[in-house]
Amino acid sequence: MSVAVASVKKFINEPADVVKESLQGLGQAHADLLRIDVENQLVLRKDAPVAGKVALISGGGSGHEPLHGGFVGEGMLDAACPGEVFTSPVPDQMLAATKAVDGGAGVIHIVKNYTGDVMNFKLAAELAEDEGIKVESVLTNDDVAVEDSTWTAGRRGTGVTVLVEKIAGAKAEAGGSLAEVAAVARKVNDKGRSFGVALTSCATPAAGTPTFDIGPDEMEFGVGIHGEPGRRREKVRPASEIVEEMADAILGDLQPAKGANVLAFVNGLGGTPAIELYLVYAELTKQLERYGVQATRSLVGNYITSLEMAGVSITLLELDDELTALWDAPVHTPSLRWGT
Amino acid sequence: MEETSVDAETVRRWLNEAAAAVREQRDYLTQLDAAIGDADHGTNMDRGFTAVVEKLDGLEGPPGKLLTTAGSTLVSTVGGASGPLWGTALRRAGRTLGDADDFGGPELANALDAALAGIVELGAAEEGDKTMVDALAPAIRALRAGLDGGGGLNEALADARAAGEEGMRATTPLQASKGRASYLGERSIGHQDPGATSTALIIAALERSVTASP
Repeated sequence: MSVAVASVKKFINEPADVVKESLQGLGQAHADLLRIDVENQLVLRKDAPVAGKVALISGGGSGHEPLHGGFVGEGMLDAACPGEVFTSPVPDQMLAATKAVDGGAGVIHIVKNYTGDVMNFKLAAELAEDEGIKVESVLTNDDVAVEDSTWTAGRRGTGVTVLVEKIAGAKAEAGGSLAEVAAVARKVNDKGRSFGVALTSCATPAAGTPTFDIGPDEMEFGVGIHGEPGRRREKVRPASEIVEEMADAILGDLQPAKGANVLAFVNGLGGTPAIELYLVYAELTKQLERYGVQATRSLVGNYITSLEMAGVSITLLELDDELTALWDAPVHTPSLRWGT
Repeated sequence: MEETSVDAETVRRWLNEAAAAVREQRDYLTQLDAAIGDADHGTNMDRGFTAVVEKLDGLEGPPGKLLTTAGSTLVSTVGGASGPLWGTALRRAGRTLGDADDFGGPELANALDAALAGIVELGAAEEGDKTMVDALAPAIRALRAGLDGGGGLNEALADARAAGEEGMRATTPLQASKGRASYLGERSIGHQDPGATSTALIIAALERSVTASP
């Protein structure tokens, strides 16, 4: 039996215009930091290219805001290439971004591990190399909810992408070489793990209806940022139990050193209020104590979202002195700003 | 009997036929994708092939050039995974054909082999992974077998179409291990793969375009 699904209400005009109109607003709201290339659909750091600095670009389907456009600016990304909602951008966009930001020291492509993103960035990197620009691609694949990577496209790139963009951005701002910036970016991915849980679906503007069906008393445990299925569907439980299992999944895989320092990142997927995110943080703190690790740095809020999905993801990054110092370094973007 | 050959007009007809087939089956492809992917395969392929038809309208050149242009257009307009995969496939096929004004069955099979190699290289997919490879690989094998058997290009292409469609249908009981469908694990079983389905449509379009050659 099929049930008619009510369309999800949105503040939009034409579904096909959502990405471009939103980019326009981003540029207008942050004209001091950003420049929007409407034709190529790019968000550029206003002073790009920065001569002699390694440039960082990232991109992917739209719908995860503020990722990536909200992280363009000093100390983070030089450009973002947004595709249509949940659809990878095309190589032309990535090539145009790469050429626009190259300051002569090479360009890092930060790529979340999704089949479409990986292929389009690969073609873009080849085109850029043909034009004499040095490119290093860094893949993020931190989602431990994907257990059997032999039978899947591999772990998905999720929350750790935000941390890679911040920390590698700081390394580039500090004068790191292409190889050094790529190395620190890969270290963040290696030392970071994530896990997400959804309470509701999301609806793309083009579809207008929820991407997947989920009962009013159910949650998707291990969800991806496009509503990809996780480990299982089950009844909602108290936050303490949910966070305990999320922490077990992450820390069991990360296996941090005893007494390790971590950056604890509690991320909202778009439709969960801050009051719940901080409650989750309190539960996470208990779990970290149980494992004997300390959260010496934290980030709480909506940073990598899945449209209006109610849900939360937790990312833990094992820190050392280098990563901590780079995290603390100044950053000035629309959605992450301190020290400037 | 004169040996059937393929020229620029045949290739143009192939791409136009493919665009029409993708347009006609757009909602069906999207529906298949909604079950195990992200519900945009029909929309994305239609956007790409519509752009290919526009791009080739009035463009002169040998078959190889038409194919590389079509491939580049798909890469630039489709996004997702199918853009790079079909784009690379057609570009590789075009490069293999070079500047030849026309060619026969063996050259066509070589070009399709190059297309398949490009897809396999980029997507790291093998037969049985529940992808477009499951339609394309058996179709090329059938084409070669038909040509080796001496039956002529039209007959060999009919065999290729049938093998592609059989490969497409055979994806239904498979578990996906590539792309977004792979996250479904066993839940992907029982659904026909949308990429294999559009591939079968494109092979069928090739048969029609060659058969219709004067």
